[in-house]
Amino acid sequence: MNQKIDLELISLTKRYGATVAVDAISYHFSAGTYACLLGPSGCGKSSTLRMIAGHETVSDGSITLGGRDISDRPPAKRGTAMMFQNYALFPHLSVRDNVAFSLKMKGVDKITRNARAHELLELVDMTAMADRLPAQLSGGQQQRAALARALITKPDVLLLDEPLSALDPFLRIRMRAELKKLQRELGITFVHVTHGQDEALALADEIVVMNNAKIEQAGKTRSVFDAPKTTFVARFLGSHNVVAMPKGLVAVRSDALKVTTDKAAKLPGTITNIEYQGTHVALTASVPGEQEVTALLSDKEFFGNPKELGEAIGLDWEAEAAHALAG
Amino acid sequence: MRNNSVIGWLLAAPLSLVLLVFLVLPIAMIFVVSFWGATEWSIYPAILLDNYEFLLTSDVTYRVFFNTFKYAAITWAFTLLIGFAVAYYLAFHIRSLTWQIALFLLCTIPFLTSNIIRMISWIPFLGRNGIANSTLISMGVIDEPLEWLLFSDFSVILAFVHLYTLFMVVPIFNTMMRIDKSLIEAAADSGATGWQTLRHVIIPLTKSGIMIGTIFVVALVMGDFITVRFMSGSQSANMGRLIQNDIALLQYPSASATAVILLITVLLLIGTLLRFVDIRKEL
Repeated sequence: MNQKIDLELISLTKRYGATVAVDAISYHFSAGTYACLLGPSGCGKSSTLRMIAGHETVSDGSITLGGRDISDRPPAKRGTAMMFQNYALFPHLSVRDNVAFSLKMKGVDKITRNARAHELLELVDMTAMADRLPAQLSGGQQQRAALARALITKPDVLLLDEPLSALDPFLRIRMRAELKKLQRELGITFVHVTHGQDEALALADEIVVMNNAKIEQAGKTRSVFDAPKTTFVARFLGSHNVVAMPKGLVAVRSDALKVTTDKAAKLPGTITNIEYQGTHVALTASVPGEQEVTALLSDKEFFGNPKELGEAIGLDWEAEAAHALAG
Repeated sequence: MRNNSVIGWLLAAPLSLVLLVFLVLPIAMIFVVSFWGATEWSIYPAILLDNYEFLLTSDVTYRVFFNTFKYAAITWAFTLLIGFAVAYYLAFHIRSLTWQIALFLLCTIPFLTSNIIRMISWIPFLGRNGIANSTLISMGVIDEPLEWLLFSDFSVILAFVHLYTLFMVVPIFNTMMRIDKSLIEAAADSGATGWQTLRHVIIPLTKSGIMIGTIFVVALVMGDFITVRFMSGSQSANMGRLIQNDIALLQYPSASATAVILLITVLLLIGTLLRFVDIRKEL
């Protein structure tokens, strides 16, 4: 997409009195990226999103979109649109009127705005529900209506605040696919806040892992997942073992661990748990230093050479599978 | 099943009994007495339409009726305006719950004294040589005391507004507190100005609170007699004053007839109001 509408955070800071919610973070979101802000609750990801949206004032630093500083602009004049966590649909308005709300505020006449609302409802496949009130919609339908309402302003950046958290697990996976498809079709930047690593991995082109008001690690989703730089990132993304080795902490992916009987293996261990997960078997072993590591074996691999609880094994991995951690 | 329905009736019985004895019976009694006859010295059971005929053909009734509606309408407008503003300030501008509760309690402090005391306390303030007039004279705003400050429609409505604004604040505040704050942000996100948010989001969502407050205020003002008597210096009248007069003269049948007419009027009014809003949502 157009280079002009990149979103950039420049040492963005949010303070509430003496507490720092967001501590001078900088990041460049290229136009047309699906980016996820990932982190535990209270890490500052929501404050960051709300500052980008304009619902929270910026204490320090700035936000630019397409080279223009938008830090002090009102929410509707930024080129961003926000989809709220609980969707925030107006309960007294029909789906159509909800979607057309911003056009109504601009004074667009009824025929034009209803036609435009219809286009957006078509995009999210909700034309049949246009006359219903939000309370008469299911969670997934409410989300689509909220999406249509946010997109009718033709934003360059769509901000999504934990959009899937209110849905049940089945619907979450379906809506996740729809979000991704929509983003590909529209080609605009999506910034999606979540605390679910599976959601972030499934959706994001780029991932920004936050902790304690700071960015722990950010970059292409695969490069972050493949090479976590800190203990926090390795633990939060999951599927990694953080092991204390003589040369310091390393992160090794569970599926990169090989179970051997070889005495020369990097770690000796005793099996403490075997968990069958269908396609895989998770094998937990205690290793020296009162640590536990989990190896993920494919079912063929495991049942081809089954192990018993309490059995002594060796754990091994390729040298390049281990990533030294900063702390 | 049968057992359950017996228990259900038993559970409903005490309240039904209380309502029957203290609400339905007196109203039925008033209704019956309204058909009785009366002379200067006696009243006698009968089924006569005299009381209604006299009431509905008298010019005084219509003037007093008009006055009653006038007081109700003007008081309603002012209590709504002030009540909405106060509730809005409390619900949307005060951020901490502690302050909200503190300020809300502050609003109720006048209610720690009786209605009559609060009303009477206006008299030395508004009187001919009262604080208001003497202040205005000393400031040079007026040369002579304003006559219309006390014992006028102005003072009646002022007292009504003073007495009943809280009945508007409470239900409106209650509905406003239930508005999801992210709706306000969503409106801002859609480019709505403050006024547009108020008109298109807050007022529609506060409608039921406004309606409940309206019912309180209208019912209270329409049924009032003491405020009108004190604050108008017995110079104007409403339906309540009419009834009170009849009772003072021991004309119970006539008083009953007026009461029945007033009751029907208020019920019709509230019935109409309830058509606009689903009040059950609020309970």
